[in-house]
Amino acid sequence: MTARRVPSVALNAAVAFIALLVLFPLLWMLSVSFMATGEAASFPPPLLPSTWTLEHYRDLFVTQGMGRYLWNSFALATMATGLALLFTVPAGYAFAKLRFRGRERTFQLLVAALVVPAQIGTLPLFLMLKGMGLVNTYAGALVPWLASIFGLFLVRQYSLSIPDEMLEAARIDGASEGQIFRRVVLPTLQPIIVTLALFVFLGSWNDFLWPLIILTDQSNYTLPVALAALSREHVQDIEMMMAGAVITVAPVLILFLALQRYYIRGMLAGSVKG
Amino acid sequence: MTDVRLNMAKVEAEAAVRPRRRPGGARARERAAWGFVAPALIAIGVFFAVPVFAALLLSLTDFDIYALADLDNVRFIGVQNYERLFGNPLFWGAMKNTGLFAVLGVPLSIAASLAAAVILNARVVKWRPLWRVIFFAPFVTTLVATAVLWNYLLHTRYGVINWAISSVGLSPVDWLGQPSTSIPAILMFVVWKIFGYNMLIFLAVLQTVPDDLYEAARIDGAGVWKRFTHVTLPAIAPTLLLVSIISVASFFQLFAEPYVMTQGGPAQSTVTVLYFMYEEGFKWWNLGSASAVAFVLFVCILAVTLVQLAVAKRMGAYE
Amino acid sequence: MSVIRPDRRAALGLLAGAAASGLAGCGRRDDGVLRLTFWAMGNEATNVPLLLPEFERLNPGIKVDVQALPWSAAHQKLLTAYAGDSLPDLSQVGNTWVSEMAAIGAISALPDFASDLLTDQFDAVLETNRIDGRVVGVPWYVDTRLIFYRSDLLEQAGYGAVPPTWAGWKQAMLAVKRVVGSDKYAVLLPLNEFEQLLTFGLQGDQSLLREQATRGNFSSPSFVAALAFYKSLFDEGLAPVASAAQISNVWTEFARGWFSFYFSGPWTIGDFRNRLGPETRWMTSGVPGPDGMGASAPGGSSLVVYSSSPRQEAAWTLVRYLSDPAVQARFNVVTGNLPARQSAWSAQAVANDPYIAAFKGQLARAEAVPKVPEWERIVTEMQIVAERMVRGEYTPEAAGAEIDRRADRLLEKRRWMMERGRA
Repeated sequence: MTARRVPSVALNAAVAFIALLVLFPLLWMLSVSFMATGEAASFPPPLLPSTWTLEHYRDLFVTQGMGRYLWNSFALATMATGLALLFTVPAGYAFAKLRFRGRERTFQLLVAALVVPAQIGTLPLFLMLKGMGLVNTYAGALVPWLASIFGLFLVRQYSLSIPDEMLEAARIDGASEGQIFRRVVLPTLQPIIVTLALFVFLGSWNDFLWPLIILTDQSNYTLPVALAALSREHVQDIEMMMAGAVITVAPVLILFLALQRYYIRGMLAGSVKG
Repeated sequence: MTDVRLNMAKVEAEAAVRPRRRPGGARARERAAWGFVAPALIAIGVFFAVPVFAALLLSLTDFDIYALADLDNVRFIGVQNYERLFGNPLFWGAMKNTGLFAVLGVPLSIAASLAAAVILNARVVKWRPLWRVIFFAPFVTTLVATAVLWNYLLHTRYGVINWAISSVGLSPVDWLGQPSTSIPAILMFVVWKIFGYNMLIFLAVLQTVPDDLYEAARIDGAGVWKRFTHVTLPAIAPTLLLVSIISVASFFQLFAEPYVMTQGGPAQSTVTVLYFMYEEGFKWWNLGSASAVAFVLFVCILAVTLVQLAVAKRMGAYE
Repeated sequence: MSVIRPDRRAALGLLAGAAASGLAGCGRRDDGVLRLTFWAMGNEATNVPLLLPEFERLNPGIKVDVQALPWSAAHQKLLTAYAGDSLPDLSQVGNTWVSEMAAIGAISALPDFASDLLTDQFDAVLETNRIDGRVVGVPWYVDTRLIFYRSDLLEQAGYGAVPPTWAGWKQAMLAVKRVVGSDKYAVLLPLNEFEQLLTFGLQGDQSLLREQATRGNFSSPSFVAALAFYKSLFDEGLAPVASAAQISNVWTEFARGWFSFYFSGPWTIGDFRNRLGPETRWMTSGVPGPDGMGASAPGGSSLVVYSSSPRQEAAWTLVRYLSDPAVQARFNVVTGNLPARQSAWSAQAVANDPYIAAFKGQLARAEAVPKVPEWERIVTEMQIVAERMVRGEYTPEAAGAEIDRRADRLLEKRRWMMERGRA
């Protein structure tokens, strides 16, 4: 038995060590964000602040307009989530459970379209939105979230497991398709809806390329765009940049930790079977 | 499921109150179905399909900033954008860099994911859910924020990584400052950020491998490595393939990392195809030639995907 | 656990919210007060708000909203905003961008009622703002790059001042390097900045573009000499092979003697004054040339009003205020920027500043860069090739030919438009 316990201890220690390595950058970021200006730019790099200060957080909110960016990110992510659910949940269900002409062909077309990276259409999409006057608006920033083929798949995949008899029973009782969807289907889909909502929220919060292109006015910047701009102006202010990174990362990390079961389940459903 | 039953009861109750309707025939159901899918399909059509086709047209013109000012300044120039692109060393540099990112990054990140999954899958490891979440956490963090963070970790003189290197007696490396180390430096960051994702997928598959198989191999006297190559690898081969396809596609789309960490430098060594497209399109407003870049990128991704699927089919690994 | 139930009402609410905030995103309200959006960059963006309370007091109906753009992204942001119809009412632009903004019709010509703003300006600078005979931008501050150096280290190396020729300057750098040690350098020439090489290139007797500025002229003997000099500074270990992104902190490194010569503009005076301790002695000097003090590009920023702005008159009112010599003199005190109006130079604070003297001489030697819209991209390509040359990929001759090739490609559309009489 002892021969087996040694590798067991070693293995557990190895796992803990890797976990520390993985967590270290995030912990260091948090620690540096509390250091006094200039403290982190020394060798060897200090691990903990000699005196703790909140000045960088205050500076970010008071003089760098971080509150505005935080609000933009939050508002956009929330709206993107709402819109994505609205567009993809009914469609995903319909592709799984309702018969209509051209369903299989349309679905195959969508599968094929998954190979096309969305960035290809970025340039014409920008010109289109320019024509509609939507450049530099929230609406323009939200547009890509309406057309999520992936979300549609996720919902379809999950909807396949709804038993047909259940839907038939409701139909026989005279419920309209709309009622069935609201009263029977939606409650069944609850877990995948949470998952999808989480995906879209995190996706929108973390998105960079599209907001960078479409939000031209500083007052509309989301956190990542603002942070990238700040980091070009304030390369030397390590401590302030780390505080900005903490503000950007913390909300999504907390949200993920709170709902990680949904996230992981949806992720596996989307990739292993998908 | 109990929720569902309850809700069904509610529907029945409602239906009982209202005068009974004949269930609408197939036509009504078809109409309802279209009602459900139409918004999504229209959105996908307008905001995805149309722009993709428009990009193909755009790539055949010299649409630039002058054309934005006055549409009379657009010329249809056939495949000239593509010809010029293929004659442009910076474009080939971007292709080469992207290829390097993929060739180094895909095996590296998959190896890291697989190793983490195999270790975590060992039965003796305690608190597995905790480790799983920790390993996965970097994946959900905001790319731009962690890229800024890694910029400092990789700093030549004050960075933690160089401190670790010099504390074991090696000389510090100018990670993001030399063309020869900039790609490995960014890859360190990328692997740290994404390995948890594929790890979770591998872990899920590994958990479906029956313990008997390992037990049988152990009884046959197979060591750790042999058990890995004879039991684990065959079990996850299809997943491995799928995951590598997805990874190649995602490595082809690197953008924010060079944008934030190096701005494409030093000496354009981290200009990726997507970064090149961004600069061509949204920095210099050569929308025509940027669209051509986008299409070349698409063709590359498509080709990689097709090759991998073909290989998979031949191996019979992919049912 | 809260589950989102998308019903129709929520959907409409969301859409309405999206639309409303889309509109609100433009940040304009209608309460009888004109709100001007003013984009400024870097140091100017930080400091211009100090001047605005006075302006808003003098013009009670106008409020100014300043937005900061990082310099490294400013050119691109302006073009993006132009493409997206979201330009501000007015902004600061680099002098060399004026021709580009004019070519795409983004900026308004100076209206008659503001023509008095053209007096009391430096001629060479005003000229860069004159496109096809019409002035489209008002110089705000002028600058040019020259050399900031550690006078204490130069003294230790046996020099009282920066020698006026390339050869002499290089000798001085070698001497400084002997003083500071081999782990340090003499001069900082960030590889991602084109200004230093451009300065050397402008000092030659050949123009940088030829044939009515429709082709590159970078393989001329004088430009190749500039490339060779630039390259030699790296080859001989006098300049670190590094880009600006890697220098975490210019003033700290300058104080530590990591480099002793720094190419920069007037804004650095303020930075160095605030950040360097009294024990670090430094001075400014004109730029050495191939044989005697050389030229540099006239830089600085102009104020432009965008033709898309419905608030033209208010915007010009702000331009007029910021061009006032007294206001410019005050701005000089907070930013170190050199005033565009010559009469502001006689203000006490400007006239008595020992660091500014060298700029007067350098501005007198300024050489204009070609006024073509593609210029920004041409110099960017020039620097890309130069960085590769420094890293050993090209000889100076091959680099010159490569820059020409790239410039010619960029100017192809200009040639076409010239032929059709559009440019």
